[in-house]
Amino acid sequence: MWWPVSQVDILGKQSTGKKGLERASMPTQPPEERIKNFGEVSLGYSPEIARREAARCLQCRHRPCVKGCPVGIDIPGFVRLIAEGDFAGAAAVIRQDNTLPAICGRVCPQEVQCESLCVLGRKGQPVAIGNLERFAADWERETRGGAAGRTVKVNGKKKGKVAVVGSGPASLTAAAELNRLGYQVTIFEALHTPGGVLAYGIPEFRLPKDILAHEFQQLERQGVELRTNVLIGSTLTVDDLFAQGFQAVFLGTGAGLPNLLGIPGEDLNGVYTANEFLTRVNLMRAYLYPQVDTPLYLGKRVVVIGGGNTAMDAARTAVRLGSKVMVVYRRSRENLPARREEVLHAEEEGVEFRFLTSPTAIRGDEQGWVEAIQCVNMELGEPTENGRQGVKPIAGSEHWLPADSVIVAIGQGPTPIISRTTPGLETGLHGVLKVAPETFMTSREGVFAAGDIITGGATVIKAMGGGKKAAQAIDRYLRNKNSRLINQSMSEG
Amino acid sequence: MFRILGKEAIAHNVWKYVIAAPDVAKNTQPGQFVVLRLHERGERIPISISDWDGDAGTITLIVQAVGHTTQQLAEMNAGDHILDLLGPLGKPAVIEPVGTVVCIAGGVGTAIIYPEARRHQEVGNRVLTLIGARSREHLFYQEELAAISERVLVATDDGSYGHKGFVTDLLRQLIADGIHLDQVIAVGPIPMMEAVSELTKRHDIKTIVSLNPIMVDGTGMCGACRVRVGDEIKFCCIDGPEFDAHQVDFSSLLRRSQLYERSGASCNSTGNVEEGCGGQCHR
Ligand SMILES: Cc1cc2nc3c(=O)[nH]c(=O)nc-3n(C[C@H](O)[C@H](O)[C@H](O)COP(=O)(O)OP(=O)(O)OC[C@H]3O[C@@H](n4cnc5c(N)ncnc54)[C@H](O)[C@@H]3O)c2cc1C
Ligand SMILES: Cc1cc2nc3c(=O)[nH]c(=O)nc-3n(C[C@H](O)[C@H](O)[C@H](O)COP(=O)(O)OP(=O)(O)OC[C@H]3O[C@@H](n4cnc5c(N)ncnc54)[C@H](O)[C@@H]3O)c2cc1C
Ligand code: SF4
Ligand code: SF4
Ligand code: FES
Repeated sequence: MWWPVSQVDILGKQSTGKKGLERASMPTQPPEERIKNFGEVSLGYSPEIARREAARCLQCRHRPCVKGCPVGIDIPGFVRLIAEGDFAGAAAVIRQDNTLPAICGRVCPQEVQCESLCVLGRKGQPVAIGNLERFAADWERETRGGAAGRTVKVNGKKKGKVAVVGSGPASLTAAAELNRLGYQVTIFEALHTPGGVLAYGIPEFRLPKDILAHEFQQLERQGVELRTNVLIGSTLTVDDLFAQGFQAVFLGTGAGLPNLLGIPGEDLNGVYTANEFLTRVNLMRAYLYPQVDTPLYLGKRVVVIGGGNTAMDAARTAVRLGSKVMVVYRRSRENLPARREEVLHAEEEGVEFRFLTSPTAIRGDEQGWVEAIQCVNMELGEPTENGRQGVKPIAGSEHWLPADSVIVAIGQGPTPIISRTTPGLETGLHGVLKVAPETFMTSREGVFAAGDIITGGATVIKAMGGGKKAAQAIDRYLRNKNSRLINQSMSEG
Repeated sequence: MFRILGKEAIAHNVWKYVIAAPDVAKNTQPGQFVVLRLHERGERIPISISDWDGDAGTITLIVQAVGHTTQQLAEMNAGDHILDLLGPLGKPAVIEPVGTVVCIAGGVGTAIIYPEARRHQEVGNRVLTLIGARSREHLFYQEELAAISERVLVATDDGSYGHKGFVTDLLRQLIADGIHLDQVIAVGPIPMMEAVSELTKRHDIKTIVSLNPIMVDGTGMCGACRVRVGDEIKFCCIDGPEFDAHQVDFSSLLRRSQLYERSGASCNSTGNVEEGCGGQCHR
């Protein structure tokens, strides 16, 4: 580990908390360095910085920050322990509510969650809760190897078998919770590497893959079985799983099906969905081609369409592959759904932004390769039903931007494989699975779901929160069912 | 890990592999495929399942060595392991009793069409099979197809076996002979499928093609495999691989399959044409 290189304060504002301390900025690799590598951008706090930052916390009695965390971590509790230098204790507190703190500390949109409600944020800068969470988790992993520091109850006798489908954050959390509750859990993942979006979507420079690998090692060590290369709905159906003796099935299959623009020229060569582009780079490591077998052609000028985390990841990945990148977004800067830190990092890395601009057509050369993209300027209009400001095209403002590749990052929906092959599974708008509010049960008895598959594209922590609640609901369901069965057999016998 | 149980050369540069994959074998239906990855640094490539045995837990793949990954596979032998193999993928072919069905295969398409032709015969259809290849040494599966077809006709580009010319010549002949054809299935290089499609469109014969765009995941997640069918964009791996030929935009498909020629990777999706099959038959 090494510390400050450039001290870029990602929030820009200065502020003082308790004892007149300023929010500790996150040490990062300098932009001119990091655009040449895939190493992590944010380097993490040193113990000294972490303690200093933690000391700013006012230990508010009413704990507003906790309400901003979808899994309700005892934030003042762990922050206080960091301030006191009890890092192991801090990690343990976090683990009570969050099984993947090293990941959440890195990828949560803290500015709209926990940190948005921190009282220090009213007059200045909130406590860097995400950075501190990451610090405690990294410290635990690096000094204690994670599991060694964690006591794992392994019940000799298991309560029953549960199948967990997919291996993204929803499934990871559900599997850990079910295992803790005493079930024998098997995870089925379609791809060759587990992790869902954490593996194929979010790049190494934001979330090092060995952190993810570590989490799976822990799970396997705790007795969870992991089977890759199994597409549920095809290799095995949900009914096959029940036939194999699984008493409940959890679906955490995410929202992987990429949306397309539906404009002329989208089938030209050099037009990628962000998922294809990121999968080639993250999962298949195409940046090492020809040392690996997966190729990727990008070209000099890359235009990325969209304004979410996916768009930022695509843009910053393209920068690292040596391209000049422009992000085209139809709304204004204030509306960018991406994490603020990613936007600032993207700007530092030379990504150019065109706001209030929307693509209308893509043009190709004689060989069918992208040559330019036509865009139209947008103006702000009436607010839409979901409260966001509407935008509409300005007539006559069409213009062409040169481009060698276009990456489309405008959202994803669930893939239809499971709903097509599982009789009785009801879907809602855009193909999301319908579940009962408290029980997370789908319209099929014994089949539960959480994460992006029920919400559409959301966040890692929301998927985790859902996965945990669904696991607890599965436990209630199976305990009920088993006691019903016992009662039945007693009254019959 | 998926063990190769047997390997056999069946034509020039074409190998047949029997692979242990019990879950895949149990659930496969005609028209489906797998995506495999040979090793840690390997690419994921799609290959059709040309036969399977649920009881033995095995699948049969027929692979033509055309490029980087397929050549590495050609160097593997019985006893070796394939690191990752996912399947069965894609929608099963829709096979119903319709009457007379013409199965047209170009090159390695023969491997893909075989399980479908067999199922057509099983459901009671009269099967006529047309095979196109570059030359005699590129032909395979003739006996297997003969066993389930009323007739097998072969065309080679160089005339070293059967008709000298293209499979479309044979199809044109069948039509000229006045045989009533209820359905045509064509699998092979894009120009061949396009030529068949144009011909059958003129004669108003329902035609199915099995497409082979570039794929990455094979689960509907990346969109690399998108093809234009009618007014819609379809993902070949989950909506296909079979489509109504008369709706397919072949020129866009051909262009997209040439993706890697520019990046310096040796691509062979169009090269399959060169590897012989009656593919240059354009018209
Ligand atoms: C590029 C990108 C960047 C993002 N950045 C952030 C961020 O910074 N912060 C944040 O909070 N959120 C971010 N998100 C959103 C976040 O990643 C998702 O909300 C979250 O991963 C959803 O988790 P999940 O477990 O529901 O599904 P996923 O992570 O999508 O995992 C689903 C898994 O199920 C597998 N699967 C699907 N179908 C089957 C099947 N039939 N059988 C077997 N396996 C199957 C898939 O292969 C996949 O591995 C990002 C998303 C993307 C795409
Ligand atoms: C649904 C489907 C079924 C198929 N079934 C068979 C089969 O049964 N037997 C067989 O021999 N081949 C089959 N193919 C074609 C096979 O996938 C390609 O020959 C193979 O991907 C070439 O890889 P390569 O690395 O050897 O070639 P290279 O030319 O080195 O490939 C470079 C890249 O281009 C892509 N690519 C090249 N050609 C094709 C192609 N024709 N289709 C898809 N992607 C391609 C691959 O992703 C590869 O990584 C099928 C393709 C599809 C889509
Ligand atoms: S899990 Fe996310 S929202 Fe909750 S405290 Fe940690 S960073 Fe904040
Ligand atoms: S709101 Fe801020 S200052 Fe108050 S307890 Fe939470 S983190 Fe500490
Ligand atoms: S191969 Fe990725 S969506 Fe079809």
